[in-house]
Amino acid sequence: MAEPLIPGDEAGRAAAWRARSVTRTHRGRAGATLALAGLTFLAVAVSAQHIGSYAVAQGISPLAATLPGLVAALAAAFVLVMAGRAFLKSLAAGRSADVHEARALGAEASLGAWKALSWAGALLIVTALAWFMATNDAAVSRTFFDLALIRDSAVKILRAFGTNIVIFAVSAVLILIWSLVVAIARTLPGEAGKPLRFLAIAYGDLFRGLPAIITIYLIGFGLPLTNLPVLSNLSSTAYAIIALTLTYGAYTSEVYRAGIEGVHHSQVAAARSLGLSHARTMRYVVVPLAVRNIIPPLMNNCISLQKDTALVAIIGTIDAFNQSKIIAANHFNLSAVTTVAILFIAVTIPQARLVDRLTERDRRRMRAGG
Amino acid sequence: MALLEIDRVTKHYGTLEVISDLSLSVAEHEVICLIGPSGCGKSTLLRCVNRLEEITSGEIRIHGDRITGPGVDLDRLRRDIGIVFQGYNLFPHMTVLENTLLAPMKVLGLPRRAAEEKAMVFLNRIGLAHKAGDYPDRLSGGQQQRVAIVRALMMDPMLLLLDEITSALDPELVSEVLDIVRDLAAGGMTMILATHEMGFAREVANRICFLQAGKVYEQGPPAEIFGNPQGERTQAFLRSLKRAGRL
Repeated sequence: MAEPLIPGDEAGRAAAWRARSVTRTHRGRAGATLALAGLTFLAVAVSAQHIGSYAVAQGISPLAATLPGLVAALAAAFVLVMAGRAFLKSLAAGRSADVHEARALGAEASLGAWKALSWAGALLIVTALAWFMATNDAAVSRTFFDLALIRDSAVKILRAFGTNIVIFAVSAVLILIWSLVVAIARTLPGEAGKPLRFLAIAYGDLFRGLPAIITIYLIGFGLPLTNLPVLSNLSSTAYAIIALTLTYGAYTSEVYRAGIEGVHHSQVAAARSLGLSHARTMRYVVVPLAVRNIIPPLMNNCISLQKDTALVAIIGTIDAFNQSKIIAANHFNLSAVTTVAILFIAVTIPQARLVDRLTERDRRRMRAGG
Repeated sequence: MALLEIDRVTKHYGTLEVISDLSLSVAEHEVICLIGPSGCGKSTLLRCVNRLEEITSGEIRIHGDRITGPGVDLDRLRRDIGIVFQGYNLFPHMTVLENTLLAPMKVLGLPRRAAEEKAMVFLNRIGLAHKAGDYPDRLSGGQQQRVAIVRALMMDPMLLLLDEITSALDPELVSEVLDIVRDLAAGGMTMILATHEMGFAREVANRICFLQAGKVYEQGPPAEIFGNPQGERTQAFLRSLKRAGRL
């Protein structure tokens, strides 16, 4: 018989194992966190008092001025308590005679300290932001959040935002179709597919390399100069749609391609072995599976397309951004642009949630049947 | 004339020779089991027969008609040669029924109703009619593999290739799949199985081919191969299976 695979000396291993088992109390971190929590409480309380009284002096109602500060101060006090309890647990862990109890206490102290630490960090960041808004006689707030100006310009901005939505909606549909065509050309098989494959690669390289704003500029100002029938007489909105379709078509075709190439080859083998041609295999098996896998990146492209509709301002289309710039120039104040920013954000967030829901539903349906 | 003739076929992957100068002929209604160690070329050979893989040299004929080389209509060829894979490969975005309908409707042009009727007859026979509307994820491996067999049978293949169809299954699910193969054999279906289920191979096969290094090393009726193997390699292979309790 050869040497046994596992060496002996069990008693030695056991002793070494027990010797290594120590209790960690995490006292250092708990103590440091307690100190930081104390400082945070002080900073928040002083800031709340200072900024609150300044706001009241500016004519904001006492309730609206003090409530945020009060909430922040209460939260800081709560963090202080949290850090204190973690520290006490750490002390108790050190005193405890029972190893298992000490370990449990040490673990609680560690978790409590981490939690207090992250809350304290968040509160400090929020406090810093509040100072940023209030400092220098509230210059930041006045520049970006002039409520009166926001209210007065809202209707104009909203109307102009309609242009963004039209550009977005039309180019989104065009992009989805166009980029699928490009992706299929890009994945054509064999020698015969080579020329189209090459062309698709060249297109992708060109328009992914070209900044969107330059594409928009070239098409929006260039095509009208060509005197071509139809193409030189379009509206600036139409040029924007063409430019965005070309740019995003290149990106989106890459997303499609990743999806198509991500379909497992065994699926292709199964389809082909049933006598389905390449085209039918793509149509019934590969593309449907690919699309399911790429819904999240596809929607991300969609969201980023929406935001890039603001780039059309460069060719003079009166979209929300351009409109807000005009208002900003007239009033020497950027609050109208803030409105646009808020609009873009408000439109985007529900979409992100929708993507999550769609992906989840599709996953459930494939799993659950029906 | 034989249904399938594999004539001095060689297959290289780069410099690796997976099949080397292999010849094999299969008569109608014959059930052939390919056995042998991993990497001996069983799966590759099956995939060459319906040209999922291209051979390097030699030729393959069906009813005397050469199906290798250029100009062969592969889609036409594959209509008549069914294959079932080790990993089932059902289409995950289609229900069980849709999986079975796709090829008959899109390739053969069968109307939906006729195809559905046919599919339900098959699904009934394998006891999965109640799963027709479910997606493959909801099925056990054995159920998925049975559906995959039905999907192949929907095309009325004249030759069925079974590529280690029970290798991915939990042991208790193997028999439900093998029962169908047994039925098909009894019904006269011509089949080539690559398999590790020696007991089943012994029971169902007309002929066992022991493959070794890309060649048919030894072949004969099951009783001979399992009872009295002649070749040294065959003996060694069967001995190692016995030691592992697989024979």
